[in-house]
Amino acid sequence: MAVKAITPDYKGEVLDKVENFGGNQVVYVGWDHHLMFCAPFAFPLPPEMPFEALRTQVMPETFSLHPEFAEIDWDQVSWKLDGEDFVPQADVALKDQGIGHKSVLRFNTPDLKGYQGAGV
Amino acid sequence: MAAKKLNIKDKYRLLTRDLDWEYSYADRKEAFPYEDFEGIKITDWSKWEDPFRLTMDTYWKYQAEKEKKLYAIFDAFAQNNAHMNVSDPRYVNAIKIFLTGVSPLEYQAYQGFAHTGRQFGGVGARVACQMQSLDELRHVQTQIHAMSHFNKFFDGFQEYSHMHDRVWYLSVPKSFFNDARTAGPFEFMIAIGFSFEYVLTNLLFVPFMSGAAHNGDMATVTFGFSAQSDEARHMTLGLEVIKFLLEQHEDNVEIVQKWIDKWFWRGSRLLTIVAMMMDYMLPNKVMSWKEAWEVYFEEAGGALFKDLARYGIRMPKYSEIIEKEKEHISHQAWWTFYTHGHAAGFHTWIPTDEELDWLSEKYPETFDKYYRPRWELAKEMEAKGERFYTKGLPQLCTTCQIPMLFTEMDDPTQTSYRDTTYNGERYHFCSDGCKDIFEDEPEKFVQSWLPVHQIFQGNCGGPDVGDILSDFYHMNVGTDNMDMKGSPDELRWKQWKGVA
Repeated sequence: MAVKAITPDYKGEVLDKVENFGGNQVVYVGWDHHLMFCAPFAFPLPPEMPFEALRTQVMPETFSLHPEFAEIDWDQVSWKLDGEDFVPQADVALKDQGIGHKSVLRFNTPDLKGYQGAGV
Repeated sequence: MAAKKLNIKDKYRLLTRDLDWEYSYADRKEAFPYEDFEGIKITDWSKWEDPFRLTMDTYWKYQAEKEKKLYAIFDAFAQNNAHMNVSDPRYVNAIKIFLTGVSPLEYQAYQGFAHTGRQFGGVGARVACQMQSLDELRHVQTQIHAMSHFNKFFDGFQEYSHMHDRVWYLSVPKSFFNDARTAGPFEFMIAIGFSFEYVLTNLLFVPFMSGAAHNGDMATVTFGFSAQSDEARHMTLGLEVIKFLLEQHEDNVEIVQKWIDKWFWRGSRLLTIVAMMMDYMLPNKVMSWKEAWEVYFEEAGGALFKDLARYGIRMPKYSEIIEKEKEHISHQAWWTFYTHGHAAGFHTWIPTDEELDWLSEKYPETFDKYYRPRWELAKEMEAKGERFYTKGLPQLCTTCQIPMLFTEMDDPTQTSYRDTTYNGERYHFCSDGCKDIFEDEPEKFVQSWLPVHQIFQGNCGGPDVGDILSDFYHMNVGTDNMDMKGSPDELRWKQWKGVA
């Protein structure tokens, strides 16, 4: 049973379906082992946005406050999309490479250990 | 000739159990429609033992006496400008959180107990719930009155009720109680009456009231004393509820265990904010969160669950994770508020050097290794005139609604990500505990009003964060929020104390 309710066959309204976001979809981006940012960020993005725009325009707005962000060698970065290993294609739209509504993108920079090497 | 005055026994019978009646022409099931759908089996309500022997007339008498004393002290507090006696103006921010985050929960508890007080078929349980309902209403009123004095002198108190309904971090306590109140009456009693009032309440009230005492806030201390005898009654009610349900039918055990698992997890997530208050917001410390957790949960709660083992009840699921998290959550939470200090309705700050050393001493396993470096970074940025306020909005857990700030306990610098798919839609969680709760009742939690998503959907005004804070949340931007350093609160305090 999907809920214990006094009303038979109770259905809840899905508040966060993609149709409610005015043409955008929500994408979450987190930097592994870098907790200067307390949590992954949530971004409302057009599904047609190319990956390159996410990485070079959207992400720096929040992540560039980190002292190591400028040092990232993006060729060495490994990515995970919704928990699976992922190789992003720069010119392809988010939706055309499986980055959907409420997808989680994580990136890992093994050479950068965070402020004072402490995962910050 | 009839006696003019009833003896205590007769009075008790007439004013409690005798309030029930037989249903001669109406269907009892129709009168108590909420009693069956949760699957709890009650075979005999007369087995309910009244947890406290109190009649309504005595209740009014006791409460009136307590009120008289309480308000006399509030008056004295106001007349003597006793807000000047608090240890440090930083302290006042802890009670801003209390008024916006906790006092409205007292009001929700009043509503919840009024509902269960109507819906239980057993008159003993109904009377007990109604009294608790009145207590909770009294608590919200007296808390508002206790803190109204601070509202005259400090920022951030003025819109507590409006803020409770809208502000991003206040959706955490609000949704916790909404979840309990929209459950059936038995789950509500296990959630609030047992898990919260019986076991976890000590972790909320003891730190706040001793915190107030250690920091010169006599108004809050006095409220705490005045609520203490009520709280004692609430605890006995919580304990009676669980024993009654477990003794009524063996089929109840599995259902009750599931609720215990759910509500202890939810409770431990909710108390993260108390953990942060104890470790970071009290200028004069009482004890560390870790110590409080060990005394009030591990020792006291552990003994309780040993008692309940004879009914087939075990420790709440994920207790072993919670035990490890006591080393981390207060630091993770204060960092979250510090970095979102522009969007909070109170002030935040970097701990002093003495406080950082206290944290190292209290958390020898974790503080220097994981958390002190964050404050070193914050200090470095502040020294450059770049006080760190994070940009953008965080991902939230669908169940507890807290930003995804919790980490893997076997890898404490890695965010803990969990997710599930329901009807083709992805949902994200901070933990296995929160994920389990969603998966058990997805039709309930697909309705989570997640503040970040609501902002993106355009339901909170904006789109600029500043406009959302001022127009939708009713914060006085630049006054209620931002760092303690240089805040109007701090400047006024210095003027009152005659220091530069």
